[in-house]
Amino acid sequence: MTKHFIRFAALLWLACASVLAQAQLRITTEGVGSKRIPVAIADFADESQSPEQISAIIKADLSRSGYFTIIDTNSPMSENSVVNYPDWKTRGAFALAPGSVQKLADGRFVIRYRLFDINKGQQISGFSETVYPDRLRLAAHKIADDIYEKLTGAPGDFSTRIAYVTKEGRTYKLVVADADGMGRIDAMNSSEPIISPTWSPDGTHIACVSYERRKPIVYVVDLVRGEHHEVANFKGSNSAPAWSPDGSKLAVALSLTGNTQIYVINANGGGAPVKLTSSADIDTEPRFSPDGQSIYFTSNRGGGPQIYRVGVNGGSAQRVTFSGDFNTSPRISPDGKSLVYVSRRGGQFQIYLLDLATNQELRLSNGSMDEAPSFSPSGRYILYASELGHRNSLAVVSVDGSVKQQLLNQAVDYSEPTWGPFMK
Amino acid sequence: MRQYSAIALAVSSAMLFAACSSTKLDDKPKIDDKPVQTAPVQQGDARTVTPINTTPDVSAPADASRSVYFDFDSYVVKDEYAPVIQTNSKFLSVKKGQKVLIQGNTDERGTAEYNLALGQKRAEAVRKSLAAMGVPDSQMEAVSLGKDKPKAQGHDESAWAQNRRADLVY
Repeated sequence: MTKHFIRFAALLWLACASVLAQAQLRITTEGVGSKRIPVAIADFADESQSPEQISAIIKADLSRSGYFTIIDTNSPMSENSVVNYPDWKTRGAFALAPGSVQKLADGRFVIRYRLFDINKGQQISGFSETVYPDRLRLAAHKIADDIYEKLTGAPGDFSTRIAYVTKEGRTYKLVVADADGMGRIDAMNSSEPIISPTWSPDGTHIACVSYERRKPIVYVVDLVRGEHHEVANFKGSNSAPAWSPDGSKLAVALSLTGNTQIYVINANGGGAPVKLTSSADIDTEPRFSPDGQSIYFTSNRGGGPQIYRVGVNGGSAQRVTFSGDFNTSPRISPDGKSLVYVSRRGGQFQIYLLDLATNQELRLSNGSMDEAPSFSPSGRYILYASELGHRNSLAVVSVDGSVKQQLLNQAVDYSEPTWGPFMK
Repeated sequence: MRQYSAIALAVSSAMLFAACSSTKLDDKPKIDDKPVQTAPVQQGDARTVTPINTTPDVSAPADASRSVYFDFDSYVVKDEYAPVIQTNSKFLSVKKGQKVLIQGNTDERGTAEYNLALGQKRAEAVRKSLAAMGVPDSQMEAVSLGKDKPKAQGHDESAWAQNRRADLVY
């Protein structure tokens, strides 16, 4: 009896601890988008059958985006419910999204949803997804993406994934999670630091730098197979991998000549590295432009570090950044029209966005040690690491700077976040 | 070892004395400088084995002599580290098969990859100092751990000063 009680108490404690751990993962949103679209998201019919509350995930995604205000429907509505358009118009909704959850005998779930335009008085979208429980959150994110796209005209990033590195105690982990930070999976554990993770264009691999062999070596992690293999282990340091848009090549920084320079290698590691840049000191942090024709990189050839651009076959490099005396970590937007980077101004390391056509610069963050920016695949948001009380948290900011979210967990030191690509 | 040599010397001398005395009483025992060579050895024949000692009795420099510290934003090996360079280059020139990994480090300020490149400059500065003392490149590898493996965990100048460092790792 006593033994049973202790076991029960232990289980209860574990359950509480896991709830607590979830609670510590705090997402805060600040700022208000200029134009918010009022959308009514219904509790999906029978969604209590699902271990994930589908409508709650959709609401959280949409409200976090800064583009929507959520109107509660107060009662569950399935996709087959009759829509009373005048009533929803009165309640201020531009759109209404009801749906349902059905549990199948084989353990899968059918998620159905429809999107109605209240002003037009008609259905404008809808689909169903049949998924195993581990893909329920993904199904909800896909519905949020569809609503976002139909109402704002741009694809949503909610069903994409992010990767980042955590340091928990003495263990470093390369983590893959949903774009909202949930559904975390540890892809690689190591007793040594991992830096510079970056997704392959198809989202199945991550290139990164690991110190597991006492020096920086570039590895490619095969997420699906759970394997990692060396792709750049030359004498000296090997770092800063960046995928070519077709996924066949990696630009890397190597110290073969004694100073750090940029080379291109095959993504599978075979063949000799082809030297791309030649400077007397540091060239590093290469990034391919979306068209694959040029590479943006950091160089101190003019004194302090600045961003430069060079053709993919080499040649002379052009300087891109001119404001401030310390600009590093260039990341080019998916449309190739803007650049984000880390700039040090007045001793503060912050994220800046540069419009490449107009040379207009916008400061997007206000921390003291913000780093590792990356664009969401839609190009509308930037994920970066931000220091809070000597612990790094993850932050997301919209490219206009109006909406900002922070992902914080007291027990975890986050670093090196990177946003993954769109996937089917 | 020295004691054994002394005993061996005494024993072999006594044996030599005894051998000599049994043949010619009037001859004085001849005790030369190399009593251990009394057992005759065939010189230079095909079965000769001349031992080679590939591990000379030199130990790696102590931990205190394996780190070079740098000033803020500096990649120059200061004069005060000349003894560190000398001690390690001497060790490496005696132990030809020994390799050394030179790991450069930076303080926590700045971005990860740029600091990795700056740490590389510190490792290279130490590598060049050793090369100037005659250590061949084949024995050395200069790498960087950037800001990711801080020795001191603090967030002030005293911690940063400890982390602007290159270590010689054997």
